[in-house]
Amino acid sequence: MEMQKLYLLVPVAPLLGAIVAGLFCRVIPKWLAHSAAIAGVGIAFVASILIWNDVAAGNTFDGPLYQWLSSGDYVFQVGFLIDPLTVTMMLVVTFVSLMVHVYTIGYMRDDPGYNRFFSYISLFTFSMLMLVMSNNFMQLFFGWEAVGLVSYLLIGFWYTRPTAIFANLKAFLANRVGDFGFILGIGLVLANFGTLDYQPVFEQAGELADATIRLIPGCDSTTVSLMSVTCILLFIGAMGKSAQVPLHVWLPDSMEGPTPISALIHAATMVTAGIFMVSRMSPLFELSDTALSFVIVIGSITALFMGFLGIVQNDIKRVVAYSTLSQLGYMTVALGASAYSAAIFHLMTHAFFKALLFLAAGSVIIGMHHDQDIRRMGGLRKYMPITWLTSLIGSLALIGTPFFSGFYSKDSIIEAVRLSQVTGSGFAYFSVMAGVFITAFYSFRMYFLVFHGKERFGEPHGEARGHGHEEPHGLAPGQKPRETPWVVTVPLILLAIPSIFIGYLAIEPMLFGGFLGDAIFIDAEAHPVMEELAGDFHGALVMGIHAFSSPVFWLAAAGVVSAWFLYLVRPGIPARIEAACGPIRAVLENKYYFDRFNERVIAGGARLLGRGLWKGGDAGLIDGLIVNGSACLVGRIAILARLFQSGHIYHYAFTMIFGVGAFLTLWIFAPRLI
Amino acid sequence: MSGLPILSLTIWVPIFAGFLVLFTGSDRNSPLARALALLGALAGLLVTLPLYTGFDTATSAMQFVELSPWIERFDVNYHLGVDGISMLFVILNSFITVIVVLAGWKVIESKVAQYDACFLIMSGLLNGIFTALDGMLFYVFFEASLIPLYLIIGIWGGPRRVYAAFKFFLFTLMGSLLFLVSLIYLYLESGSFAILDWHQMPLPMAAQQWIFLALLVAFAVKVPMWPVHTWLPDAHVEAPTGGSIVLAAIALKLGAYGFVRFSLPIAPDASHEFSGLILGLSLIAVVYIGFVALAQEDMKKLVAYSSIAHMGFVTLGFFLFSPLGMEGALVQMISHGFVAGAMFYCIGVMYDRVHSRQIADYGGVVNTMPKFAAFFMLFAMANAGLPATSGFVGEFMVIMASVRFSLLVGFVAASTLILGAAYTLWMYKRVIFGAVGNHHVAGLSDVSAREFLVLALLAFGTLGMGLYPQPFTEIMHSSVDELLRHVSVSKIQ
Repeated sequence: MEMQKLYLLVPVAPLLGAIVAGLFCRVIPKWLAHSAAIAGVGIAFVASILIWNDVAAGNTFDGPLYQWLSSGDYVFQVGFLIDPLTVTMMLVVTFVSLMVHVYTIGYMRDDPGYNRFFSYISLFTFSMLMLVMSNNFMQLFFGWEAVGLVSYLLIGFWYTRPTAIFANLKAFLANRVGDFGFILGIGLVLANFGTLDYQPVFEQAGELADATIRLIPGCDSTTVSLMSVTCILLFIGAMGKSAQVPLHVWLPDSMEGPTPISALIHAATMVTAGIFMVSRMSPLFELSDTALSFVIVIGSITALFMGFLGIVQNDIKRVVAYSTLSQLGYMTVALGASAYSAAIFHLMTHAFFKALLFLAAGSVIIGMHHDQDIRRMGGLRKYMPITWLTSLIGSLALIGTPFFSGFYSKDSIIEAVRLSQVTGSGFAYFSVMAGVFITAFYSFRMYFLVFHGKERFGEPHGEARGHGHEEPHGLAPGQKPRETPWVVTVPLILLAIPSIFIGYLAIEPMLFGGFLGDAIFIDAEAHPVMEELAGDFHGALVMGIHAFSSPVFWLAAAGVVSAWFLYLVRPGIPARIEAACGPIRAVLENKYYFDRFNERVIAGGARLLGRGLWKGGDAGLIDGLIVNGSACLVGRIAILARLFQSGHIYHYAFTMIFGVGAFLTLWIFAPRLI
Repeated sequence: MSGLPILSLTIWVPIFAGFLVLFTGSDRNSPLARALALLGALAGLLVTLPLYTGFDTATSAMQFVELSPWIERFDVNYHLGVDGISMLFVILNSFITVIVVLAGWKVIESKVAQYDACFLIMSGLLNGIFTALDGMLFYVFFEASLIPLYLIIGIWGGPRRVYAAFKFFLFTLMGSLLFLVSLIYLYLESGSFAILDWHQMPLPMAAQQWIFLALLVAFAVKVPMWPVHTWLPDAHVEAPTGGSIVLAAIALKLGAYGFVRFSLPIAPDASHEFSGLILGLSLIAVVYIGFVALAQEDMKKLVAYSSIAHMGFVTLGFFLFSPLGMEGALVQMISHGFVAGAMFYCIGVMYDRVHSRQIADYGGVVNTMPKFAAFFMLFAMANAGLPATSGFVGEFMVIMASVRFSLLVGFVAASTLILGAAYTLWMYKRVIFGAVGNHHVAGLSDVSAREFLVLALLAFGTLGMGLYPQPFTEIMHSSVDELLRHVSVSKIQ
């Protein structure tokens, strides 16, 4: 009973913080708003640690909180499932959220929406916790949509900027496309299992492994495997939330939001909800190789092609955003290879070092007075030492430098993909290997351009940059950047620590020691990837040392060296390469034309169709022809009838005589008719 | 149960109050008229409360029954009663009446007494529709309720009010006549006007088909279903805010209620036979109307079209013949009462200040009306079916039921997730977000205490039902189960 109250406390504390900061945002002082919000998240973090302790001791929980709805034979409950997978996510979410809360005090210091911002990020923490702690699909969907809502509110936080309110609508709608698939998947689960609670669904899953479904009723040629359809539909939901191609388009634009939320929502937590969801559904996905192939191919495309885009970006946040897309692709590839624990492991390490990179980018942006263009930075190492060092740590972790956290998780994924037999794993292996070089290249391109080389800031620039920022930005000529205050740098340091060590410490329990236990189900006969991986594993230390002789390491090193050569030693070369590869560059700069296609064909088409149906269907056909048309017809007949009502007696007399004559004629010649 | 005729009170208290308000006469007494109207509306709400507290969820039988002869020559009785399907609508209607009186408080300045009286009388008549168990009594209330709404649109409406009022009246009248023919046929066959007798009466297939189609015309116009929906956007655009709220929240429910009270139980075999037609029309309503809503430039028209799409979910849910679908549809009806009512109220709040409903005349309203923008965001999200709002519950249940019925039907129905979000949030973006659009917006004042109260009441309903819908469905269970059991048994002998 004690523990159950603690479970409840975890989501409720941030919710209360959000309510205090939100409902009274116009009356309470700033310190009260951020204290309430930070207290809420802090309590949730501490409670999560206690729960983690308890779970590590072997205590799990699966039970309802209250009955939300019942209808017919179906019962929908709100409840919690506390197991190692949940508690891992709870720790990641509450820790990163706490860091971001503290950081926000510094980053949003002068913003008029200070209190509102705290309310939103606490509300986000609540929603995300409801998502990960759920024990059923319905509540999962609630959390899923709720984080989407808060993301929408936060991307559009600066609501007077046209780009921000464009980006948030786009994000919401792209996510809704994913949710469209997701809810159909949930519907299939309910229809075939009779419940939405995880436990009974997973227990019965095996019985339905060979079940089929007709996509179109009465058409036998559309018969397909039920599990495959269900899993692919569920995964479409994950594609929206975790920004997989082609539903990735919203994530780069989401950078219109303030940087703290880019770190929290669009890097560390919300975008990984899809990865978490698929891992949670592993008992279902394991039953369908078709679905796993679909997952691995989508993941590979995202991992590789989004990485390329990172190379041509000049906005510091967008570079990090594309690297997030690419890393989400890695996690998805791991899911497809049935290496769920590796995906969750990478999710965790990525949460730390990507949150770190984003917050460091935010620190740079503060230092640069809101100039985000890396071409106008350079040499910041001298002025912002803490930001520089933590950025370096984050970048090293990201590219998979041995012994850093990212190395352990990424290397595990690459090895898992190499061993995987699922259709598409060959392409996936190529993608993740190529991705290593590309990741190293764009990460260190940004790193060198920002922290090393010639100081390019403070120069007058004629080009009007920025994304509709109204406030003046950039350093004045001669002005130097300064290190940010402690509320900004302390979270950086606190995030840098796990970015280095968490991989070394966690790989053994998480991947091979059975910490995740029954939370993840793998059909070891069909997909023996993790078992084989465990056979090759001889401790984290050996793995790190061994890495220096592997091609993965050399690919990453080559990426760093190329970036160093092209952007520090010979900075003239990139421009010449760009000039030589015009068409490729155009494709990359237009992000493979996804945005243009969506805007012109999908959004434009929908508007055109809507207008056509309205003017043509409603106004033209239904109202014009039928409704007003019938009214007109009545009117016309009335006009005709009126002609006979002339009021002249001889007209009536004539009509009468004519009528009698006509009837007589008929009566005589065709009496049957009368 | 106390001896008070509670259902009669729910009908006659508002009507009596309405006539009382009418007697205050000219606009010189308008403060008195308003106070009286509010008292009357609150009294009307108060007398519905015993329905909730004294309701027995275990039975599907009619409760709070009142029966006394009315026209004995034709065996017409004053016969009232509620079950788990109708009871909630009586409460919802009485609640919305309070909202409407509050909504028109400062806004309506000419013919105040007559305006409030119209709404109170209509409230009583609508309660009569939901509680009548006699066919003729139902028909009288059904037709009588048209008159106040016709007057509200025709007198307090916008520039094209006469066209809209006529269109509204003629559309619904067309359906009503066929309805009357069916009632007379059923009377001649059974020798009684009792609706419950008709439920039990065996009918050959041909008769069922004719009755079903005649009722379909009558109810489809009211719902409204595609393609007889075009009166609704016109009526909404021209109606004053209060008229739109009642129209969306209650009047649209009459057609859907007719399906469950008449079509399904009286003609179960025909209902099954024509279910494909209804499902098709419902899905067209969801998709076609969703796209049409996307193209609207007038906020009221947009919400009117979105109402049609949402009502498509109701008819869809009914004709899936599953408890989940049926209860989902009923939940959707109640939720739509809160959400559509709130959406129209929000538009009314802006219209009172700027005197325009065109989306293009706004932009950046959040800058001057932050509190209002927060409420509007909640209702917009509810309109888009976001979980934790009431808008989600019904949609979720109906989508679940349709996927169970067929993945294809579910696929089309679930498109509302995208379309609903697209038209609602795109409008929200253009109206609320952005920099201040023009000097009208720059001069806006945020909501007054009265407006805040109305919005908060509606928000309470929207959120409460979204977070904890169980009490609502609990009331429906027995009646819905009984209805579905009844519909599954053939009446052909």
